[in-house]
Amino acid sequence: QTVEHGFPHQPSALGYSPFLHLMAIGTRSGAIKLYGAPGVEFMGLHEENNTVMQIHFIPDQCQLVTLLDDNSLHLWSLKQHSGASELREEHRFTLKGPPGSPPSATQVTAVLPHSSREVLYLGTESGNIFVVELPSFRVLEDRTITSEAVLHWVPEDYCNRRSCELVEALREHPKNPDQILIGYSRGLIVLWDLQNNKVTHHFLGSQQLENLYWQRDGSKFISCHYDGSYTQWPVSSDNRHPEPLENFVPYGPFPCKAISKIYWQTTKNGLPYIIFQGGMPRASYGDRHSISVVHGSQQTAFDFTSRVIDFFIIFSSEPTAEFDDPSAMVVLAEEELVVIDLKTAGWPAVHPPYLASLHCSAITCSHHVSNIPLKLWERIISAGSKQNIHYSNMPWPIDGGTNIAPDPPQRDLLLTGHEDGTVRFWDASGVCLHLLYKLSTVRVFLTDADPNDNMNTLGEDEWPPLRKVGTFDPYSDDPRLGIQKIYLCKYSGYLAVAGTAGQVLVMELNDEDAEHVVDHAEADLLQDQEGYRWKGHEKLKTRDGPVRFEAGFQPFVLVQCQPPAVVTSLALHSEWKLVAFGTSHGFGLFDHQQKRLVFVKCTLHPSDQLALEGPLSRVKSLKKSLRQSFRRIRRSRVSSRKRRGGSGNASEVQEANAKFDQDTLQEMELAPVQRKIEARSAEDSFTGFVRTLYFADTFLRDSSRHCPSLWAGTNGGTVYAFCLRVPPAERRMDEPVRAEQAKEIQLMHRAPVVGILVLDGRSNPLPEPLEVAHDLSKSPDMQGSHQLLVVSEEQFKVFTLPKVSSKLKLKLTALEGCRVRKVTVANFGSCKTDDYSENDLTVLTNLGDIQIISLPFLKLQIRYPCIRKEDVSGIASCVFTKYGQGFYLISPSEFERFSLSTKWLVEPRCIVDIPEVTSNNHVHNKSGMENAIRKS
Amino acid sequence: EFRRFSLERSKPGKFEEFYGLLQHVHKIPNVDVLVGYTDIHGDLLPINNDDNYHKAVSTANPLLRIFIQRKEDADYSAFGTDTMTRKKNVLSNVLRPDNHKKKQHIVISMPQDFRPVSSIIDVDILPETHRRVRLYKYGTDKPLGFYIRDGSSVRVTPHGLEKVPGIFISRLVPGGLAQSTGLLAVNDEVLEVNGIEVSGKSLDQVTDMMIANSRNLIITVRPANQRNNVVRNSRTSGSSGQSTESSLPSSTPNIVANFLQGEEESDEEDIIIEDSGEPQQIPKAAPTSESLESLTQIELLHESRQNGFLPSSEMNLNHSAGSISMEYEVQDPDHKSLEEDGTIITL
Repeated sequence: QTVEHGFPHQPSALGYSPFLHLMAIGTRSGAIKLYGAPGVEFMGLHEENNTVMQIHFIPDQCQLVTLLDDNSLHLWSLKQHSGASELREEHRFTLKGPPGSPPSATQVTAVLPHSSREVLYLGTESGNIFVVELPSFRVLEDRTITSEAVLHWVPEDYCNRRSCELVEALREHPKNPDQILIGYSRGLIVLWDLQNNKVTHHFLGSQQLENLYWQRDGSKFISCHYDGSYTQWPVSSDNRHPEPLENFVPYGPFPCKAISKIYWQTTKNGLPYIIFQGGMPRASYGDRHSISVVHGSQQTAFDFTSRVIDFFIIFSSEPTAEFDDPSAMVVLAEEELVVIDLKTAGWPAVHPPYLASLHCSAITCSHHVSNIPLKLWERIISAGSKQNIHYSNMPWPIDGGTNIAPDPPQRDLLLTGHEDGTVRFWDASGVCLHLLYKLSTVRVFLTDADPNDNMNTLGEDEWPPLRKVGTFDPYSDDPRLGIQKIYLCKYSGYLAVAGTAGQVLVMELNDEDAEHVVDHAEADLLQDQEGYRWKGHEKLKTRDGPVRFEAGFQPFVLVQCQPPAVVTSLALHSEWKLVAFGTSHGFGLFDHQQKRLVFVKCTLHPSDQLALEGPLSRVKSLKKSLRQSFRRIRRSRVSSRKRRGGSGNASEVQEANAKFDQDTLQEMELAPVQRKIEARSAEDSFTGFVRTLYFADTFLRDSSRHCPSLWAGTNGGTVYAFCLRVPPAERRMDEPVRAEQAKEIQLMHRAPVVGILVLDGRSNPLPEPLEVAHDLSKSPDMQGSHQLLVVSEEQFKVFTLPKVSSKLKLKLTALEGCRVRKVTVANFGSCKTDDYSENDLTVLTNLGDIQIISLPFLKLQIRYPCIRKEDVSGIASCVFTKYGQGFYLISPSEFERFSLSTKWLVEPRCIVDIPEVTSNNHVHNKSGMENAIRKS
Repeated sequence: EFRRFSLERSKPGKFEEFYGLLQHVHKIPNVDVLVGYTDIHGDLLPINNDDNYHKAVSTANPLLRIFIQRKEDADYSAFGTDTMTRKKNVLSNVLRPDNHKKKQHIVISMPQDFRPVSSIIDVDILPETHRRVRLYKYGTDKPLGFYIRDGSSVRVTPHGLEKVPGIFISRLVPGGLAQSTGLLAVNDEVLEVNGIEVSGKSLDQVTDMMIANSRNLIITVRPANQRNNVVRNSRTSGSSGQSTESSLPSSTPNIVANFLQGEEESDEEDIIIEDSGEPQQIPKAAPTSESLESLTQIELLHESRQNGFLPSSEMNLNHSAGSISMEYEVQDPDHKSLEEDGTIITL
């Protein structure tokens, strides 16, 4: 396993080091990930697998401290090891109170790494502030700041009214490291002098405090509150207990939600940037996840589609600079990372080079194409760049570290199909999975979705000035649009895409916008069967007349299967201009040159009612109605939960769920699971389900003449072979393509056929269409005898051709009790010499193991555990590359990349150097304050 | 050969005289034979002294059925009083072949005419506490019919007794193959599937292994009831193995479902339909790919002989005259406990 692509699942904390220019993200499962310049990334995992609550970089160091929800603190370091930096956990520590004290006494709520780099200040629920030494985590008891000591300096009448309660924020004075600002949740704020152990100033806030922020010169600070207000306080030597300068409710006058974090950024032109999270009118916009940016008369409330976890501002960290001059805002939402360019007018978003939200609509399938020709690559990038014009041109602002990994050896594309009918093209060549181009198939169809249903369509004068940002939108209006199968021919640029409602689209790459009619055909897969009634979803309605398509892949043919069941297999032959598709009812072949259906074959067993009525679609429609009701909930704008209360509830719910799981687990232990032992029979359900389709030019009828052929494998262990007659190129439009069934093989073990492959006379797999024409592959050996490899879920079998006799077999399931889930041929090159490579079968089993099986002798070479066997969706999502790498989803939003090849290895390799430390430490110490947001 | 003759019921005479009379009417004066008769319950009982001869004659009502076998190929186990059901079958089959001809039934006697549904194998190499059962699944007429579950069993290890996870039979489907053999029972621990140990494997893995082997499933179990274990003695050696090797020819050789393979080619072969023709079994490829078709034929025949196949049923009839040869005949008569478990042979 080499690198994780995509967006971390359930992020829970964010940190940033202006000194290293590195960003850190913590997750609910205890992972911590560091990102810098593209290609610079590190990952660590807390042993406890507990939620990461806070992340703080130690000023001017390659070190960071994390706080977990079990109240433990962890010190991580970036250290160089054999030429590259590595992230390692150095120490761990849990604050312990005196015996008998309640756990709240030591529950850490705020962390301040002091600019001296020697101590951490830990604010707690009890209101006491403990001081621990770094890196040893030794508690310096004599330096503890107790709430009693603080209250001693505060006017009596104020104390009587409110106790201190928990420490909400700790901020070091930007100019004077001996002073720290302490904010208590009830609203009291004091400036504490570390040298003399006394309160120098106290600020008597009347509202429940959320957070604090110092102005750069230390003359003022700003506090934000639970009631949606923020307050400015002056700090001067003449007034030790000043009144607030200004108290303002930005979205008043009606009750507002809390402002949980605030920035005050100074600029050369005098107008500050005030940036705050939350504060929306409680009744009408309380469910929005917003961050507002105010600069003079400009004000925008960025509206995120998922909960905001945390954010930070990138500003001038030069100690000599007089102003902050913010350049970018980086927002970590629950489902995506959004970066806003604050320097360009209109505050456009910046296209992130990594952390892409793979799941902005749920991934339904993926397809990998290795070694893309440069020409196609450039055309896809050019099509994609036209879609990305609204992004800022700002260079990626988080640019710490140096990527020292070698350049990727080739251009690889990963295509992901999504539930909303889109296909996304990702650059999967290197460590950063980067979106190149997004294709939508929706335009071909008439859907229920209202095109004007855009929550962004707010007028100029709307208040609050909300602006939707980000791409995460998991709500699909019509699940039938979902993409199920993708096939891209990298030589011709033909793309076939098939979906949930039996739709098959063939597309061509066009560099210009175009308006044209999509040819439409129907394939009735139940031709000779009678008396059946499809109870699943209806087929998609198509648009009449010409449709306008943007530059990129443009559909020119649509085939709709009848009944409109999910397309379960797809194959495209770009040289013969044929596309084959299969569903649970049968399969068909379409000539996309002449735009004519060549034939259909029904594979349905007459007794298979289940497949007929489409129970899968009934499940789907239930899902759809659920989704719609969720959508309604979202729109009804019911007040969402307060940040703190909300997450508290969430964790309670989680605990309850965990307890429930445990209980059910125990119950299951009492009444153990049984498994029925029964041989498969021809009458089982879904035996006609077409699992695999394959085009081959081979010897099907006799050993003297080879011909094009189409092979199909079903769930019931049947293999059909059709002999095709494709007219020569000069008469391609004049004569029809003909097909005739030549063979039907029934595997007696009746396991689903998951792969079909023809090996040439040298036992090499037949090349892809057009591969030979482009001089990228040797011509197949058509002299020697060909062999047919049929892979079922249980066995691998090699047969001779054209006379089918069984030659070899490997009974994997009988031997190991595992079943084949994914299989592909991979080419393994030697890392030592360029002139040796071999083809082997790469197999993923239902146990999550990956096995390499030699060709053509079917000998098991090696086995690696890869995916947990309980991770069904991970196993289902796995996709192999042609050169021994692969991807699988470790969460809805992340692909894990793995490599079986010693030659092709894509993994991060980077160095983070410590920039020279300036002698003027205390000027630098903003870095420490940067990240001190507490979340509970 | 059948003979009918009369005896004086009141004066039957001595056994030796009767024995001589039998040799005389059958014209086999120098052949040693075993003489038996069917009593009123239909049991086959021996006649070898005056006492049981007199008893036999006195119970004749009015007919006395006498059954004669050559001594050298006699079936001793056919005698007895405790396996009534089975013997009724045996007797009626042997003594009243006419009934069966009417039903167009194949002649009973040779193992080839039976379809084994299960057997106990490898008795000689397994510990006495274990039992290796082979289930033969033909076609789809009868379900295998059992369920397995997770559980824990106690093992003796160098560190003392240890509880380890195991796989157990949890349920037998009434009327299923597993139940009808009587060789498997609820709570038997599954130790191996087709020679592969299940320890360390999950329930789902073992399920998949069993289903993958469902056409020829060999399960090694530790029976929950250890009282019926095989008691080993010299006569058992190899005997059960022999029985599993015995194979039968198919009456219609092109129907693959009736084809029984040898030990190494235990699952059924796949079927191919060429150009919408008749379904055919896919042959094994010859080492060289030339003249495949002719080689395939030879190979098939060769394979059949190796496995002890007899190509025609007429031959069986000739061979079978005068002897009872049954699937279980080779089993030690001491193993009555096994026989009690029910019908292990079905037609």
